[in-house]
Amino acid sequence: MSVTVFAFYLFAVSALAGGLFTVISRNPVHSVLWLILSFLSSAGLFVLLGAEFVAMLLIIVYVGAVAVLFLFVVMMLDVDFSELRAEMAKYLPLALLIGVVLLMQFSVAIGVWVFSDQALSARAAVPPAATHNTAALGLLIYDQYFLLFQLAGLILLVAMIGAIVLTLRHRVDVKRQDVHAQMWRDPAVAMELKDVKPGEGL
Amino acid sequence: MIQTDLIIILPEIIISVCAMLALVVSVYSGKDALASRLVLLTSALFVVMALWIGNSGGESQSAFGGMFQDDAYARFCKVVILLSAAAVLVMGRDYMLRTGLLRFEYPLLIAFSVVGMMVMVSAGDLMALYMGLELQSLALYVVAALRRDSVKSTEAGLKYFVLGALSSGLLLYGASLTYGYAGTTGFNGIIESTSGGQASMGLLFGLVFVIAGLAFKVSVVPFHMWTPDVYEGAPTPITAFFATAPKMAAMGLFARVLYDAFGGVIGDWQQILALLSVLSMFLGAVAAIGQSDIKRLMAYSSIAHMGYALIGLAAGTAQGVQAMLVYMAVYVTMNLGTFAFILSMEKDGRPVTKIASLNLYANRAPTKAIAMLVLLFSLAGVPPFLGFFAKFGVWSAAIDAGMIWLVFASAIASAIGAYYYLRIVYLMYFGEEVDEALNGGGSPVLWGVLMAAAAIMVFGIVNLFGINGSAASAAAALVN
Repeated sequence: MSVTVFAFYLFAVSALAGGLFTVISRNPVHSVLWLILSFLSSAGLFVLLGAEFVAMLLIIVYVGAVAVLFLFVVMMLDVDFSELRAEMAKYLPLALLIGVVLLMQFSVAIGVWVFSDQALSARAAVPPAATHNTAALGLLIYDQYFLLFQLAGLILLVAMIGAIVLTLRHRVDVKRQDVHAQMWRDPAVAMELKDVKPGEGL
Repeated sequence: MIQTDLIIILPEIIISVCAMLALVVSVYSGKDALASRLVLLTSALFVVMALWIGNSGGESQSAFGGMFQDDAYARFCKVVILLSAAAVLVMGRDYMLRTGLLRFEYPLLIAFSVVGMMVMVSAGDLMALYMGLELQSLALYVVAALRRDSVKSTEAGLKYFVLGALSSGLLLYGASLTYGYAGTTGFNGIIESTSGGQASMGLLFGLVFVIAGLAFKVSVVPFHMWTPDVYEGAPTPITAFFATAPKMAAMGLFARVLYDAFGGVIGDWQQILALLSVLSMFLGAVAAIGQSDIKRLMAYSSIAHMGYALIGLAAGTAQGVQAMLVYMAVYVTMNLGTFAFILSMEKDGRPVTKIASLNLYANRAPTKAIAMLVLLFSLAGVPPFLGFFAKFGVWSAAIDAGMIWLVFASAIASAIGAYYYLRIVYLMYFGEEVDEALNGGGSPVLWGVLMAAAAIMVFGIVNLFGINGSAASAAAALVN
């Protein structure tokens, strides 16, 4: 077994185990940690494929930002996970049955997997041999996939507008910070200096 | 190169740039006072774009390496989408203003979702399809939850979001299986890979998952669970929007994927669509009977109508696509009229959606009751009205394709469904006196839309206002 093959099985098994334990572990914080393991192993798989840039992105964005955000949310939200789990246990037999049936069907599909005759020649995004893969990605995204890139930008804009629309509210009964009022506050008016003699008080 | 590409997507660019400019202006002026004018401007922009796209004609062309298709089919769908979105914006303005929901983001989100829909019906690549779909859906999730202080509206938004995310997951899974087989995400490449007329097992799995994902978006049984709750919970103008433009877009996308990408294996998806169609027609007809809220009733009605439109697709012929397009155009018009009526339902100045409040409505507003009667008869598919001819179109396409059993099933479902439409007519004319009855309500705009829709249902039967011809050329552009 060569090193590559060994690394592949190592990463693949730990990605699957991470995914499984994300779902079944009792403590939600542990779930997030398992999720991070799963992300890291997927990053390893990407490195094996020769896509270092995507692998690093996965670690920086998913592990560094998204998973940590999850961790905060899980810790801050007061959700009774045991109750949710009890709900889930009720449907577990049915879910398992459906899962097993799906798994069997997929093994039929994957087991006899054939590629179309032209699959190799039809690939649209073959990395040029001499280009570094970060540069190759740039060439693709800003040239061939320009439309998709711009549409992705629009989707993010909509997401941002949506998040603001749904959460920003100007309630009148809440005290808010008024920066201008604070800055223009005049010490001469707001404060009064008293000369207090020692031992006497006001 | 890029210049010609950009000119082809110019309508989409103009709408998005206008929306972004309006966003900047509104944010810096910091007032929702602009919102009312913005709604009118947005809908005027939609109408101008619809006229432009409708008159542009010309050859089929593609941009960005085949990712974006501009042909007669896309143009037909876009005109219907833009006009119905414009109508809904104008119709809902008064309601949103009175309920305090008219914030400047509302017309902007609608504009972005319309851009998404235009990309959807023009998609020539699985990735472009997904981008359009997400742009449309994301904006819709937000507007569904626009009424933040109402539990129902928030629930509607959340439910729509979670189930929408699930359906996107299914769609993406199907897309990746398809890519795994064909080696490309472009529709041209996928259809070439099936040129032998035989789909491999992997492609078939991909096809099934893609269909499941899209079936969620058009809400056909068994992927319909979200529809009644979302329709009931969302503010009424937004429900009206959900029932019109996105349905046309999703249906347009459905046909686009099935013919452009999977057109080589028609036999494989025909049975799936026929099954989805029969299930939706029957569930829509039976489940609507027990409803007491007219928005929920319209949700089940839209499920049933999607079933009828799918008959056209299941036929697998150009005639079927043409019938589907005509059906969707008629369906959108009927729904615009019906929702104009629902928006004008109010008691003591407050909006009402209970069906019981329509008791003896004909005595109070005979003209509107007549118009609603025409629309309901048309929705039920009763012969002298346009709704029947739309159904007749899909039926004859199915008969020509040799699917007589499907026509029989849909005739039975249609007869069951007629019951709940006619029950509303019965209540309006022969109901009993109740104290929750409607009094007054309705702006001139709503009255106008209601009357126009009803008039179209009556006079459209002469020649369908000529849309049959453009639907035929649209279908010819798609199926070849």
